Amino acid sequence: MLYREAGQYKSSYASDMAVFPLKEDRIGIAVILGVALVAIPFLGSDFFIASVMIPFLIFSLAAIGLNILTGYTGLISLGTAAFMGVGAYSCYKLTTLFPDVNIIVLILVSGLFSAGVGVLFGLPSLRIKGFYLAVATLAAQFFLQWAFVRVPWLFNYNASGAIEVPQRTLFDIPLTGAAATPETRYFVCLGLVVVLTWFASNIVHGKLGRSWMAVRDMDIAAELMGIKLLNAKLAAFAVSSYFCGVAGAMMIFLWYGGGEAADVFSIRLSFNILFMVIIGGLGSLIGSFFGAAFLSILPTALKFGLPALGIPIQGAAAEHVTFMLVGGLIITFLIVEPHGLARLWQIGKQKLRTWPFPY
Amino acid sequence: MVQAPDLLVQTVWEGLVSGVLYALIALGFVLIFKASGVFNFAQGIMVVFAGLTLVGLHELGVPAFLAVILTLGVMFALAVTIERVVLRPLVNQPDIILFMATFGITYFLIGFGESLFGGNPKQMITDELYLPRGSVDLKILGGFVSLQKIDIAAAVIASLMIAALAVFFQYTRIGRALRAVADSHKAALSVGISLNQIWVIVWFTAGIVALITGIMWGARSDVSFALEIVALKALPVLILGGFTSIPGAIVGGLIIGIGEKLGEFYWGPLIGGGIESWLAYFIALGFLLFRPQGLFGDKIIERI
Repeated sequence: MLYREAGQYKSSYASDMAVFPLKEDRIGIAVILGVALVAIPFLGSDFFIASVMIPFLIFSLAAIGLNILTGYTGLISLGTAAFMGVGAYSCYKLTTLFPDVNIIVLILVSGLFSAGVGVLFGLPSLRIKGFYLAVATLAAQFFLQWAFVRVPWLFNYNASGAIEVPQRTLFDIPLTGAAATPETRYFVCLGLVVVLTWFASNIVHGKLGRSWMAVRDMDIAAELMGIKLLNAKLAAFAVSSYFCGVAGAMMIFLWYGGGEAADVFSIRLSFNILFMVIIGGLGSLIGSFFGAAFLSILPTALKFGLPALGIPIQGAAAEHVTFMLVGGLIITFLIVEPHGLARLWQIGKQKLRTWPFPY
Repeated sequence: MVQAPDLLVQTVWEGLVSGVLYALIALGFVLIFKASGVFNFAQGIMVVFAGLTLVGLHELGVPAFLAVILTLGVMFALAVTIERVVLRPLVNQPDIILFMATFGITYFLIGFGESLFGGNPKQMITDELYLPRGSVDLKILGGFVSLQKIDIAAAVIASLMIAALAVFFQYTRIGRALRAVADSHKAALSVGISLNQIWVIVWFTAGIVALITGIMWGARSDVSFALEIVALKALPVLILGGFTSIPGAIVGGLIIGIGEKLGEFYWGPLIGGGIESWLAYFIALGFLLFRPQGLFGDKIIERI
């Protein structure tokens, strides 16, 4: 009842292949972008922007990265956080080596280093697959995490043993460091996430994305059809790690601010991002956003929301409840809706389109 | 390399002991994978949970051995719950979905365990369970080699348990049924084996292994959620030994245990130390490239 596709005819292959074939969908995405660009920065409080929206955007990007690998190509990775860490540390090295280059460029470039490391650790994926590969990515996780602490060159021999985020500006507006306001950091995050999501959407709808899905569904059959497995898998590792690397660089430079860099990129974070992908929906870009929203807001909501409702809850207890809830939700989602929140969204849209006649 | 032969022997012994303990965790994985094809990521947290339950019950004033029996009861209840709530609705799903479901179990158990017993490390009730303490010093090769008695006990108990499991799998009715289920769910069902029952049994067996592992690990270091990370070490062990082989878990455990201790001893200081955290994975990874199914694993033949 809200909107129909009747009367919207497609007369070219291009319009048939469009990501948003319906005019209403395009209006919807424009409205969402408008809200994100105008309403949130002006109406949201600093706390909301700094500790809800920025993490949400960064986690979305990381979840898109993992979704490319796990959801689209079917390769489980437990090393996401390590690849994010590579992005963060290479961004730090780059910004100290080239202080005059704009930080946004450096954030985007640092993803390339992460992509390289991802390809390196993706190399065994031709010989091994499934659970074995998951363990191989754990090797990346533990090795890189070790390197972040033990290789002093990575953090410029700082006495604190951690990254120190320098102040970098664009048109004299500080983007990183202590002087940057939440709004500017939010705008940078939003811009990067929107551009990269558009980029990801084009990749997964194109030839490369289709070959990934063929590999996921049955790799031997894909090989028989002429898809080069090694190329497809390594490309998946590269693109996925690129997104994760950019997300990691954003995490340190636009959100955390350095000090805790070595601890942040732990296996916990890898798991959290995997859960975002599972709950959001494997093989769905919009699902990555849903999953990230859900899991990055859940702990905050429990910690601050329940007391607001009059249910007293201790900080530690809230954490335990979060763990139990996340665990329970994963099982529930796998049983009830293996395609995650994205599938629920799709069902909802379909229902709206055909309402009030269900068929 | 022969500058300090006593230190070398000591290092090998330490590696052997931690290898046995890795093997114990890996054993829990293998049991479940063998009988149901589920890669149980939650085995590590089950070890922690079993250890915490035991200590927690004892803190409540339950005598030690009664606490052991009660903990076994808890592990049985856990097995039944997992079968009912997680496995039964997910039957016939792809392996990867079941694998992810065990992540859910892991996180649930972390939250549940912490809210019941608190997140602080606890002392294992070593004396109450009549486990030996102290160490034996051997005077060899011009120096001392110190063997912790608890480590010797762990090795003995582990060997006994592995022998018991081998007998259980090979000669009992249930063991035969378990092997049948492992070969083919459908064939096993068609000859009248109850899949649900088998799953409860196998998860319970893994629970027993988890409890013993928890006691042994707990006696060496405290029982805490940090063990969860240690338990991830069992994964390279599995890869090395193969997912379906009990001897593989043992041999893999010993190779990884000794390999990483020797690696830390000889190469660790050269590159900053602490390489134990990833060396095991690299040993396993290097190995995988030559033999993807592991030392004793079954070669998988796929049908298109």
